Parts: sequence; structure tokens; C-alpha cells
Amino acid sequence: MDTLKMDQVGLTYQTPERETEAIKNINFTVKKGEFAVVVGPSGCGKTTILSLISGLIHPNCGKVFINGNEITGVSEKIGYMLQKDQLFEWRTVKENILIGLEIKKIKTAENINYAMSLLQKYGLADFANHYPYQLSGGMRQRVALIRTLTFKPEVLLLDEPFSALDFQTRISVCDDVYKIIKSENKTTVLVTHDISEAISLADKIIILTKRPATIKQIYDIHIDKPTPFLKREDPSFSKWFNTVWKEVV
Amino acid sequence: MNEREKYLRALKIHKISVIALRISILILFLLVWELFSSCGIIDSFFFSSPSRIIKLFISMDKSSLLKHIGITLFECICAFTISMCLAMVLAVLLWWSDFLRKILDPYIVIINSLPKIALGPLIIIWVGIGKKAIITMGVLICIIVALTTMLSGFISADPDKIFLLRSMGATKLQILTKLVIPSALPSIVSALKVTIGLAWVGTIMGEYLVSGAGLGYLIIYGGAVFKLDLVMLSTVILCILAGAMYAVVSFIEKIVIKTK
Repeated sequence: MDTLKMDQVGLTYQTPERETEAIKNINFTVKKGEFAVVVGPSGCGKTTILSLISGLIHPNCGKVFINGNEITGVSEKIGYMLQKDQLFEWRTVKENILIGLEIKKIKTAENINYAMSLLQKYGLADFANHYPYQLSGGMRQRVALIRTLTFKPEVLLLDEPFSALDFQTRISVCDDVYKIIKSENKTTVLVTHDISEAISLADKIIILTKRPATIKQIYDIHIDKPTPFLKREDPSFSKWFNTVWKEVV
Repeated sequence: MNEREKYLRALKIHKISVIALRISILILFLLVWELFSSCGIIDSFFFSSPSRIIKLFISMDKSSLLKHIGITLFECICAFTISMCLAMVLAVLLWWSDFLRKILDPYIVIINSLPKIALGPLIIIWVGIGKKAIITMGVLICIIVALTTMLSGFISADPDKIFLLRSMGATKLQILTKLVIPSALPSIVSALKVTIGLAWVGTIMGEYLVSGAGLGYLIIYGGAVFKLDLVMLSTVILCILAGAMYAVVSFIEKIVIKTK
């Protein structure tokens, strides 16, 4: 069964000046463990799609399903990661990753152990009692990802998670994040405007049109390499790049 | 001597000279004051002098002086504490409801710009004379500034962080306690600092208006009977108290804001 399903989803929002149709007729599914990347021109409503999946806003028409259940309120089953790491400067790394458990009131010994095991697994255990300002940009982003994993979400939503990093860091953090997500076998939806980043990460690319965003094309990408970095070096990468680039206007 | 030692030495000299000059300014000021009044350049009857202030201090009944200090300190701390607590509650309310904030905005602006001393006669009629009136005056002077300082800290909480917490299913109360208050700590501390100064203004102003005791009373009384030594002594004591309380607040600031 599909973990995530968008069924005829449309959203129009109101401002004092005008009524804006952000997205319409959005249909796609993401299978368990699949990495879907949404690309499209800037300002086309990519982030709106993530907000709809998270349940923070509700569609005017159509439905969003996670594991076959329609999303009505803020979904328990999603983990959201934003452009900047949004770590709380006054909390240590450990306290930062536990915030989700605190909010959801599931800060049990078992869950804390799980959170700490994630830190250990991804090489941050030594920094558990450090404050965010003591970490590098890449480490901060890894902490931010672990923070969203602690409460075991079904679906990860990543909103341009690398765009605030410099190029070098971006490539390596991209690799790190990809490895973590794949090893935890999380279903993921990432939005970006960076086509090569999209191809290097995606199992499936969803290309949107200009506003109001509709789906222009969906590609299943198969580059048989283990990491985004290696995928970038694969001969088929540039072929995919050209294909996708022509679609994104 | 290597570069590092030179640097550290220069740093130390700089630090020492700042402190030394600070103290010398005070000593110079006192010396000039004393000299001028003893040479008759200024009339020590009107301007007092350090030696006269010290003499008065030695000859004065210490228990009565302590009583005056105690009363003023009590009023000031009351006004300060009440203002901070009320302002905190109001700031939370106004953060909680944008609607309420919009409604009350013009009232806050008007009350903020009103010279609170104008309410003096009303306060006396409403709460009577004595400590209550003085504390009320202090609270009136402090509260709006404390409120606006804290509120601006509350509403400047990062919207992306709020979004993140909401995506985890956070309630408004959780957003307040986990994000808004911790991130507004610097604003809360600066509200503390501003309020402590204003609490002194309010208390002394209140004592000028109504009172039979306290440092403000001593100043008014001393002025009325031309005992300028008493006025000066009370002012010096006020300086010391205000400085001490500011130091306490700065100390709290150091403890509260650990990561900076």
C-alpha cells in the first residue's frame, strides 16, 4: 500500500488583496521507504504541498492520506525539517532532539534511549551536551534530522533542507541525510528548486508547473549508486538532468 | 616576551587603567567639591560638601536612617515585583491573543505617553496616602514599559520555529513555554533592568507626593528646611542602593543567559 497519497488536492488561499489559487489537481503517491522530490519554479507552491501533508493547512478540495487514513488535523505521523536547522540555541543537542518527545508527551525512558542511540549511530554522541553554536553547519543539520526521527514519523517532509548551506557542506550533508533516511527506511518528500540535488536524491521526481501548480510530469529515477554524491558522477545523471531541466520552466 | 604575553599584558593594563580612572574621577570630583566649598568658591550651605555629608552621617541617628532606607527599599521592591509580575501576565495574554493586542494597542500607546505623575491626586484619593499610594505610583510608572519590552520579545519569536513546533502538534501553551519565553529571556532581562530604574523613579516620586518617611521624604523635608546636607546624604544613599539593585539584576542576567 502507498504510505502517502494525494488525491485531487487543490488549495486556494485568501489575502486582503486577492484570492490566490496555489495548487490544483495534485495527484501522486509515495510508497513506503520511497524518496520523492518535488521540483518546480520558485514560488509555485511546493511548500504548500508539504504543509498540506503535515495537516497544518487543509485543502479546499481533494484529500491527503497517510497509510490509508485521511489527514484531518495536524498529523502525528510526520516529521518536518526546514531550510534552516531551527535548533534552539538555549538547549543542548540532547535537549534539542528530545523536544519532539516533550511536545508529544511521549518522553519515556525507551524513547529517550532510542533518541540517544540515533545520536550514537550518526556520530553525534560526543556532542550530546554541546550547544548548537558549538557545532558546524553540517552537524547542526544532522541534529535537526535526528530531532525529527526521535518520534518515529511515518513520513519525513523536508523543505529545501540544504539551501542554507554553502556548496561544499551541502554536498556532504546531502549524503549524510540521504544515508540516515535510507538506513531508517523513511518515506520522504523533499522539495527543492535545485534540479541536480533532486536527481541525486530522488527515487521519484514530481515536477510542478507555475502557479497554480499542477503536476507536469512524474519520473521514476533509477541511478544504481548508493549515495547522492556517487549518483552525480554516474553517466545517466546528465541524461536525467537534461530531461528534468526541460520540464522545469 | 612573546606576542601572546604582550597581548595579555596590554589587555591587563587596559583593564586596570579603566578601573583606576573610574575611581580617580570619583575622588577628583569629591576633592574639588570639598576644596571649592572650603575655599568659599561655592557656598557649602547650598551645595553641601563631602565632609559635611560625612559629619551628618556620623551624627545622625542610624536607626531612624535605617528605617527610612528600609521603607524606601520596601516600596521600591514591591513596585518592582508587582510591575514585573503583572507585566508578565499581561504580556502572555497579549501574545496569546492577536485580537486582544490589536484592540488594546491604542490604549497602551496613550497610557505609555501619559506622564503618570499627573495621576498623583487621583491615586491619593483612590488608595489613600502612605505606602500603598507610593507603590501604586511606582507600578504605574513601571508597568507599561516592562510590558512593551517583554511583549516585543515575545512576538519576535522565530515564526519558523513556531511552525516547526506546530508540525509536531504543539499546543499554544507548549509554544509559549518551550519557545516563546526561553527565546524572550534577553527581553525579559532588559525589562528587569529598565523596570528597576523606573521603580526607583516611581518610589521617590511617590514619596515626594505623599509620605512621612523614606529617602524621598528626607529629600523633600531637607529641601524644605534648607538642610541641604540631608538632601545630599539621601541622594548618595539612593545612588548606592540603586547601583546595588542594578548589580543584583546583572547577576541574575549572567545566570539566566548562559549561552551567548
